Amino acid sequence: MILDIQGLKKCFGGLAATANVNFNVQQGEIVGLIGPNGAGKTTLFNLISGSIAPDSGAIIFKGRDIAGQKPFRICRAGIARTFQSVKIFSGMSVFNHILIGYLFGDHKDGISGRGREQAAGILEFVGLSEMSERRAGDLTLASQKRLEVARALATRPELLLLDEVMAGLNPTEISEVMELVRKIKEKGITIIMIEHVMKAIMEICNRVVVLHHGEKLAEGKPEEITQNKSVIEVYLGDLTCLPSEK
Amino acid sequence: MKYKIKKYSLYAALIVGILLLVSLPSYTSSYRVIFFTNILMYVILTLSWVIFSGPTGYISLATAAFFGVGVYTSALFSVTLCLPLVIFIGGIASFCLAFIVGSLTLRLRGMYFTMFTFALVQLISNFANWYEVNITGTVGRHVISLDSIIIYYAILVVFCLVLLVSYYIRHSKYGLALQSIGESEEAAAHSGINVTLVKVITFATSAFFMGAVGAVMAMRWTYVDPPIAFDIRLSFMPLLMAIFGGMGNVLSPVMGATIFAYLEEILTTKFPYYYMLLFGGAMLLVIVFMPRGIEGVFRKLQKNNRRESVEKI
Repeated sequence: MILDIQGLKKCFGGLAATANVNFNVQQGEIVGLIGPNGAGKTTLFNLISGSIAPDSGAIIFKGRDIAGQKPFRICRAGIARTFQSVKIFSGMSVFNHILIGYLFGDHKDGISGRGREQAAGILEFVGLSEMSERRAGDLTLASQKRLEVARALATRPELLLLDEVMAGLNPTEISEVMELVRKIKEKGITIIMIEHVMKAIMEICNRVVVLHHGEKLAEGKPEEITQNKSVIEVYLGDLTCLPSEK
Repeated sequence: MKYKIKKYSLYAALIVGILLLVSLPSYTSSYRVIFFTNILMYVILTLSWVIFSGPTGYISLATAAFFGVGVYTSALFSVTLCLPLVIFIGGIASFCLAFIVGSLTLRLRGMYFTMFTFALVQLISNFANWYEVNITGTVGRHVISLDSIIIYYAILVVFCLVLLVSYYIRHSKYGLALQSIGESEEAAAHSGINVTLVKVITFATSAFFMGAVGAVMAMRWTYVDPPIAFDIRLSFMPLLMAIFGGMGNVLSPVMGATIFAYLEEILTTKFPYYYMLLFGGAMLLVIVFMPRGIEGVFRKLQKNNRRESVEKI
């Protein structure tokens, strides 16, 4: 078990963004995190990656509680993330993004060390080699999302949190990203992904966790989840309430 | 190959420039030496301002505060300690102040940070004034004056140091980190960068040189009081000079500050009555026609050259 989330709770004012969330992730899995808007998915990512501190509960990563630690420490411990709305260093070159991830991911090398070769390798891996010297702000959305994944990979994570990497992409781009996610898994990196593209969730996730109103509603294999009555209710509404039923 | 030649010729020019500066007192009048001391003061302030504010985009107006702390350190210790030590203590005092202030305020962004740094100058200046009037019972202080050539060399040493440090930071991984912080602090933090530490240390490092140059300048002025030491103009000048020069590499701000300071000196001596008017006019022209400073103009020329050579082919 690489990640174990126990009773995680975070309130914003009176609103519980996540309330008593429990689940765990096994080494080498791809776990899908789904739920309607406002279910607390991104809040959960923010808690795991250290953007915000939980009110209570524990996040056990490789046997150590990392709840409430600073983002850079969590990154160096081996959890990398991407953002729902891409956060890149617009004015910097694609190559420098990767170099930053590599140099600060566990911060031992200087700038003239092996970083350059490694960074070139990562660019090759995600398929951005040709854009190495381009200004990141000039890339297309699909490439920027890819760049974020590359930057996260450069920090050499064991657990990768992908926040809607497929949102806003066209079907071709989506299947390319799915291919990339599979390749990352083959490298032995565990993945948790928030996604609204159900095709992707069904095809590549080993397990799916459904959040609703900050609580875990269901958990299981993708095909089980689609059959789950309460999940259908959450997405489509309570069918028994429809006037035609009466 | 071409790149290497360019690099070596740049180094050669730099060494010649520094040699010229070192030998300056032997072939010019003492007026010129003082004149160059003033210019170097502005160059140091601008370069150290750019170290932090250039890549991160945190616009600091605290330069006068750190400079003034250096000035007052000099006033306190110039009698008892030797010159290098006074300069060093001036720098360290500013470093510590910037470290404390930075730890408290670098979570503020944009306008709020700028306003705070502006207020800091007023706060410290007024505190110094209050202290002098109520505790020591004086307004100003005398500083041991030194030969203008010694002061010139002291400031030249500080200049070389700040140049080296700027170059090192820009070409190390911390330069990359600072740049990424300027672009997106959140993404930087999630790439493993200790954002707070990098910001605070860099802010304090830039303050070190501001304090050091303040400690030297106090000895040239021989008399200091709070309005002189904490002159708010010294907060704005480095900012304007950096914009005028450009911040894309280490030498642009040096160039900007040199030309700007030279212009100021010429205008104040030749046209004492119209100085502000001319200066303001020049500033407006610069902002309208050279928004990216001297550096931007050079870039444009380079681009045109390249285009012409392409057309010839």
